[in-house]
Amino acid sequence: MKQLVIDFQKCDAGRNCNHECEMECAIKVFKVDDPAQAALQIKAYEDGGGKAVLCDQCGDCVVVCPSEALKRNKLGVVMIDKQLCVGCYMCIGFCEKDAFMRNPDWIVPHKCTSCGVCVKVCPHGALSIQDVPEPAVRII
Amino acid sequence: MSQLVFDPSKVMDIDYTKRTEYLGQLEALRAGMRTLKEVPFQPSLPDKGYTNRTLYVNVGSLEVTEKPVTQQMKDVFIGGRGFGLYHLWNAVKPTTRWNDPENEIVISPGPVAGMTQYAGTGKSLVVSLSPQTDIPIDSNVGGFYGPLLKFSGFDALELQGKADKDVILFVDGVKGIIRIEEVEGGPEDSHVLAELLTHMYAENEKDLPNVSVVSSGAAAAHSLIGMLNFSFYDRRRKCVRFKQAGRGGIGTVFRDKRIRALVVRGPKVAGDLNHPVDPETIANTGIKYHKEIRENDGGQCMMRRNGTAHIVEIMDAYDLLPVHNFQYGSHPDVHKIDSAYWQQRCTQATVDGCWYGCSMACAKGADGLVLKTGPYRGDMVTVDGPEYENAAGLGSNCGVFDPDYLLELNFYCDTYGICTITWGTLTAFVMECYQRGILNKERTGGLEMTWGNAEADLEMMHQMARGEGFGMIAGMGVKKMKEYFIKQGWGDPQLINDIGMENKGLEYSQYMSKESLAQQGGYALTNKGPQHDEAWLIFMDMVNKQIPTFEDKAEALYYFPLFRTWFGLNGFCKLPWNDVVPADNAQQPEAHKVPEHVQNYVDLFSATTGVKIDKEELIIQSAKVYNFQRVFNIRMGKGLREHDAAPYRSLGPVTKEEYESRAERYDQQIIKEMGLDPAGKSTEEKMALHRQWRTDRFSKLMDSVYARRGWTSNGVPTLARLKELGLDAFPEVVDVVKQHLS
Ligand code: SF4
Ligand code: SF4
Ligand code: SF4
Ligand code: SF4
Repeated sequence: MKQLVIDFQKCDAGRNCNHECEMECAIKVFKVDDPAQAALQIKAYEDGGGKAVLCDQCGDCVVVCPSEALKRNKLGVVMIDKQLCVGCYMCIGFCEKDAFMRNPDWIVPHKCTSCGVCVKVCPHGALSIQDVPEPAVRII
Repeated sequence: MSQLVFDPSKVMDIDYTKRTEYLGQLEALRAGMRTLKEVPFQPSLPDKGYTNRTLYVNVGSLEVTEKPVTQQMKDVFIGGRGFGLYHLWNAVKPTTRWNDPENEIVISPGPVAGMTQYAGTGKSLVVSLSPQTDIPIDSNVGGFYGPLLKFSGFDALELQGKADKDVILFVDGVKGIIRIEEVEGGPEDSHVLAELLTHMYAENEKDLPNVSVVSSGAAAAHSLIGMLNFSFYDRRRKCVRFKQAGRGGIGTVFRDKRIRALVVRGPKVAGDLNHPVDPETIANTGIKYHKEIRENDGGQCMMRRNGTAHIVEIMDAYDLLPVHNFQYGSHPDVHKIDSAYWQQRCTQATVDGCWYGCSMACAKGADGLVLKTGPYRGDMVTVDGPEYENAAGLGSNCGVFDPDYLLELNFYCDTYGICTITWGTLTAFVMECYQRGILNKERTGGLEMTWGNAEADLEMMHQMARGEGFGMIAGMGVKKMKEYFIKQGWGDPQLINDIGMENKGLEYSQYMSKESLAQQGGYALTNKGPQHDEAWLIFMDMVNKQIPTFEDKAEALYYFPLFRTWFGLNGFCKLPWNDVVPADNAQQPEAHKVPEHVQNYVDLFSATTGVKIDKEELIIQSAKVYNFQRVFNIRMGKGLREHDAAPYRSLGPVTKEEYESRAERYDQQIIKEMGLDPAGKSTEEKMALHRQWRTDRFSKLMDSVYARRGWTSNGVPTLARLKELGLDAFPEVVDVVKQHLS
């Protein structure tokens, strides 16, 4: 399963970085000129540690979605089918990583697709897409 | 009591996609159908929660009309149960009875219903004159019918008249068609009928979730306790499931009108179909609540794992679980049907909300049950629940502790279209009558109605479905059985009246109120009869001990019936209100009201309709409808103090064994509460003292509650109260009251 991973040893967000990753994700993937709508949010960076909101494709949201709008694709990435989504936001409420996003202008929520667009623009090489085993389905 | 921990490894390995299919009967059913009338209509979506029109259908004359929703209707009645009562009032006369053609069944979802972002927002409210009580009954039911009806274009559906042959009413909210179809032959029982109709009316596989069916079953027509199933399509199980409008016999009215089913096909659901004024507030409130469930449910009620059955063992531990017709409050075999068992038996890796967005997801299902009796013997079925009421009513109250039999009883109640709560209480009554010699094998036509005899219990139900034998007597309900047994001279009338657990003609639901004064009032001082949805106070009274004084209890009997009425005006489910609470709730003032959640409701209503309210206005909204319903009862010849009387079993110990099972508690009460000395007194003498003390106390409670509600001591709303609520704008309402004020 493809998963977006951040290396805090390299991420420079707390100091000089302009959060290119967020901007690129917002514009290229979600077609909005607003980094707050990106599927990753680099929240804080203190010396020696950082905090990022990233989807790790755990699949919890798939379990709670009442309309089967969420499914894993061939790469194991959790994808949303906008046609099926009923806008209940249980995916948002049940994501322990707060990684399911909502744009107030859209009725359907959005999330990371592990596309790697952000990886390419990070000037510090802090992001990567890795192939990790798919976790077992949890009862939530 | 220790908090139950969920262990996924213990969940039984049952394939939830497997069950007996009935689709082979589809063509035969289709062949027996013919269109009687078809009219087009303009589908529309709601604006600020309202479509601003209702649909009237007369199944006898085939009249189909649309009616506008007036501003007065919205201001005074809000929607849901309020709209139901309003339409019913206009449809009937004081002399109308349940089986007169002018009686209506009104289904209305309420302005908030159909919201998908908050838990418990898909309810339909069903109102009719009850065959059991002769006054309006209201039922709050899940499933998709109400929201899909609204998204097709109607805030309510009025059904009036009587057909000669069975009919199906189909509303196609996509194509704009209303069709009345006659149906010859074909199944009647819900689990078969609804499966066929869902597949018949869905355009394709993807469309299945957009179809919902309302149906009853074979037993509804042969009894007074018929229930309505409201379906929803379970995508993961790939099956049609149900929630029930159970109480008061609306299913019997439905079948008496010869309605076989209602079918709605709505548009594809999305998150904004209500067109609320403030979607942002709704989104934020919903997400906050979903998080609360995620964080707190596992350590609080575990609704997502057990559904409402989580309280079986709590009730047992507090001596409040109804056992053997409410005689006792606990039983050593309860562990066989407690929540630890149900969370292993119910399918867990699935989604169990009865409408989109219900993160509380209490609509559990037990899959893979192979039936042992009846017309479907050998079939493999999915059983909804069992909810607490069913575990207690069909289980402990009748001494049935075999979970498979309990599930089978639950299944047949559902598919036959009868109320599980009513069935539990009336069977418990029959069994106690059998225990005490009021009934015997001869009088029951061979049924050995001993405690725990589930096979006899099921046979009694099958008889009722076939329209034969003692099952027909049982199906009249407790009130009419009491009258019948007394008339036959089968036992001491006082004993029969004391142990028959009904008030206003409706059977008690499954809480033992004997030791909880608040719940005694919560049952008897209700509008529709003793159903806990109006005032479920036993938990805050006996477990959480949040309303200790007499005044607290009287105040709770003012506030909670009004607060809980409000759910039914809007299409909310009441469970998400207090079956999970914010982590800091206990530190809040008036914790028993769950203030943060009350604010959520205020916000959701305002954000949907654009009508700004606060928590005080919420209660006033309810008070209008609640008092209107009280006056409606009076108009129909009930609704006075005498009709709020409670059977003594609900107030105190009727028999020696009951007294002795709690002798220590009762003796202490003689000392502390009555200031007397129990020493040297016989059990009979002590029981007499209790009877006096308990009935007096109940009567004083009535006085206080009536006064607090703005009613006379005879239970009649005063003119001043009506005026205060703006109900004086309805001259007919004032007239009814005037006749009773002297
Ligand atoms: S959005 Fe959240 S719950 Fe869904 S896969 Fe990503 S991390 Fe898991
Ligand atoms: S918002 Fe859409 S994707 Fe998320 S859980 Fe609800 S239906 Fe599924
Ligand atoms: S992987 Fe793609 S979708 Fe995910 S955060 Fe990066 S750019 Fe956005
Ligand atoms: S809490 Fe249960 S009954 Fe209420 S809406 Fe949710 S699933 Fe339905």
